Amino acid sequence: MSGMSRIVKTISSFVFPFVLIYGLYIIAHGHITPGGGFQGGAVVASGCAMIVVTYGSIWTMSKIKEKRLSVFESLGAVGFIGLAFIGLFFGSKVFFYNFLMRQDTIPIFNNVGEGLSNINTAGVLPFMNFAVGLKVIAGLFAIVLVMAYATTKKEGSK
Amino acid sequence: MSIEQLIQDIVTHSPALIIAIPLLGAFLTPLISRINDKIRNIFVILTVGLTGFIAFLLSYDVLINGNIHSYVFGGGRSVIALPSGSSFAIRILFEVDGLNAFMIIIGAILAFVGVIYSYSFMKGNTGLDKYYTLILLMIAGMFGMMLTGDMFNFFVFLEITSISSCALIAFWTNKGKSIEAGFKYIVISTIGALFVLFAIALLYGKYNALNMAVLANSIDIVNNGFIDKTALVLLISGLAMKAGIVPMHMWLPDAYGRAPSSVTIILIGTTQASLYALFRVCFTLYGSQLTQTLKYIRFNLGGSTVIFDIRLNGVFALIIIVLAILTIVVGVLMALKQNNLKRMIAFAAIAEIGYMFLAVGAWVWVIGSEHGMVALKGGIFHIINDALDIGLLFLVAGAIYYVTKETSLNKMGGLARNMKYTTIFFVIGLLAVSGMPPMNGFASKLLIYESIYHVNPILSIIAILCSILLLAIFVKVFHSAFLGPKIPKFDKVKEAPISMLIAMGMIACLIIFFGLFPNFIVENIVEPAANAIIDNSSYISHIIGGA
Amino acid sequence: MIYNIPFIAVAALVIIGLYAVIFKRNLIKIVIGITLIESGVNLFLITLGYREGSTAPIYTNSPAGTMSLPVPQALTLTSIVIGVAVLALMLSLSVHIYRHYGTLDVRKIGKEEEQ
Repeated sequence: MSGMSRIVKTISSFVFPFVLIYGLYIIAHGHITPGGGFQGGAVVASGCAMIVVTYGSIWTMSKIKEKRLSVFESLGAVGFIGLAFIGLFFGSKVFFYNFLMRQDTIPIFNNVGEGLSNINTAGVLPFMNFAVGLKVIAGLFAIVLVMAYATTKKEGSK
Repeated sequence: MSIEQLIQDIVTHSPALIIAIPLLGAFLTPLISRINDKIRNIFVILTVGLTGFIAFLLSYDVLINGNIHSYVFGGGRSVIALPSGSSFAIRILFEVDGLNAFMIIIGAILAFVGVIYSYSFMKGNTGLDKYYTLILLMIAGMFGMMLTGDMFNFFVFLEITSISSCALIAFWTNKGKSIEAGFKYIVISTIGALFVLFAIALLYGKYNALNMAVLANSIDIVNNGFIDKTALVLLISGLAMKAGIVPMHMWLPDAYGRAPSSVTIILIGTTQASLYALFRVCFTLYGSQLTQTLKYIRFNLGGSTVIFDIRLNGVFALIIIVLAILTIVVGVLMALKQNNLKRMIAFAAIAEIGYMFLAVGAWVWVIGSEHGMVALKGGIFHIINDALDIGLLFLVAGAIYYVTKETSLNKMGGLARNMKYTTIFFVIGLLAVSGMPPMNGFASKLLIYESIYHVNPILSIIAILCSILLLAIFVKVFHSAFLGPKIPKFDKVKEAPISMLIAMGMIACLIIFFGLFPNFIVENIVEPAANAIIDNSSYISHIIGGA
Repeated sequence: MIYNIPFIAVAALVIIGLYAVIFKRNLIKIVIGITLIESGVNLFLITLGYREGSTAPIYTNSPAGTMSLPVPQALTLTSIVIGVAVLALMLSLSVHIYRHYGTLDVRKIGKEEEQ
């Protein structure tokens, strides 16, 4: 599909960083406020869908190949399962164990947050939020991009 | 540390490892396939082999030693004690007893054979990195369905499996029929899964628990049981849609027939997993309610009152037996008029699911008697036999398609001259499906015929007749595809590639082994599974502990 | 009576969704029907967790009073994610079917000759 007029392109490229910041805020504060990996990733992906609509899918496909999005998606998922596997070796040796809580060898994210609402609480959950958020951003952006690009091809030329 | 210590550790963590290793492999596959193609294929085969090995270790420990394993995700105990004194179940947990161990043996065999077969069957197709990712996701979802002890977790794995198998069924996108088959599959699958979710929400709203053991302890049909009965109806309909029971079987011929053959054999595993979930819901969750009375009907007959009491197991058994007979008859009759080889085998698969259901229905009708126990053992033994037999037939059909690029029976002929090994495997599969000795189909079908005869002789006559019809159908296929004069178009075809022959050979050896030593299999593998169905108290007491 | 309105809405959504899946002929309308059923079931899951006069379950030092249950909210979130994936898959298959057959009518797609 082709893009829209110059006014729309200017305004959407001005708004896009604010959408990104809002989505990353939702992902990063997932363990304190409502939100988390999927919700923040969906917000960022709708910002990216706005770019696909205003600039045209052919231009966007020429800037970001779909194979690179596939690498980001795999990195996010491997990070999530890798963090779950690490719990098998430390602490009380169970899969998915929250190995960063209440210990002093790795001094980040180990408070439990009794009465506080600080960022560095809740153990390994913020990292899992980042991994899921990365995967959701890459996945939803790829879906929207490929579906928009597929409608430009003519019938019969698969 | 010593080998015994290592094996003990692996068996303790195995319920988590069996789903975690295919998941990790599935997400590493796109990264590895940027390096080389052959390395990715070897990596996938090694991953599935490792998972199958751990599954065999776990089922050996559960079936032979008789321990029930449970695994709590995230550490800690599975129940907490509230200040008021009662205990409350938290955390997702996996629980493996005899029936689960039986199903993961089937899953491990089918997954390993499918991946080895697809090494050379899918050569020359593009988009293979997505194919291998989806196969590993489907295998992880199938094992998750078979191992979990939590109702909502089961719904999540059900959806994972149905999404990845829909994408694999529609893999050959240059043919329109495959995409149509995928669309039909995903519509019926999603509606069935949403019914299951509705029932889980109903049970959660009443009992505030999602754990299968806690629910099994608290479900009560007789006092105020309207919500429980509604949930049971919704669960049975939703899971029967996924298992391919008539009248919800419309997706099965299309999906099994249009998918690549290596996908079909793993799809058989996922259908059996939905059947396992149906048995788990009916006989563990509602197990202690099976002999409860639903309604009394009394009327006066010439001065004395006649009382009928309608129990739950009578209603169940009637519904199950009627559906099973319909399934067998519809499957066999529709298979008679097919021209496409894979659609014909898919209709035979529908008929075989009917046999399993018929045996279990016969057990429910006569709960407590000895014939019932024989019927249940026959039904459960038939699950693994059917998976192996129909799987072998699909692999042979795939080999014929790979070599000749034809699927219609009218255009094949005279293939036995060039494809000797494939012909032998087809004969073994043919004899096994129709229940001839010395294959494994004979052992389980004999148990089913014998025990159903005591319920009602007409049912066993119908079952034997349909078996003979299956034999007639497949002998016709054998004659038209393999025997007969040579067709000049197929003069130069060669035998199927080596990895496909290895996969077919493994299943054929297992079929002959199960057929020659059925007593060994029934005592060690089938009987713990049958005991787990009959009595749900050990399943409950492992979690709650004597409530 | 006012607390029964969400349950009546659930029943209406599921029935309209089932009607659309069974009786409509356009592929996109079938997909919309499945989304309606799924919205109905999600609404049912959330409504189960409400307690009368409760606040949102996001506090560490909570004010006095009840909080609504947080477990159904997590279950509903998972179900919404699954619904997005299924919707994307069904729409991609519809695009493929349209490019192959040239029509979205269910009765015309099934009639192609068996080769």
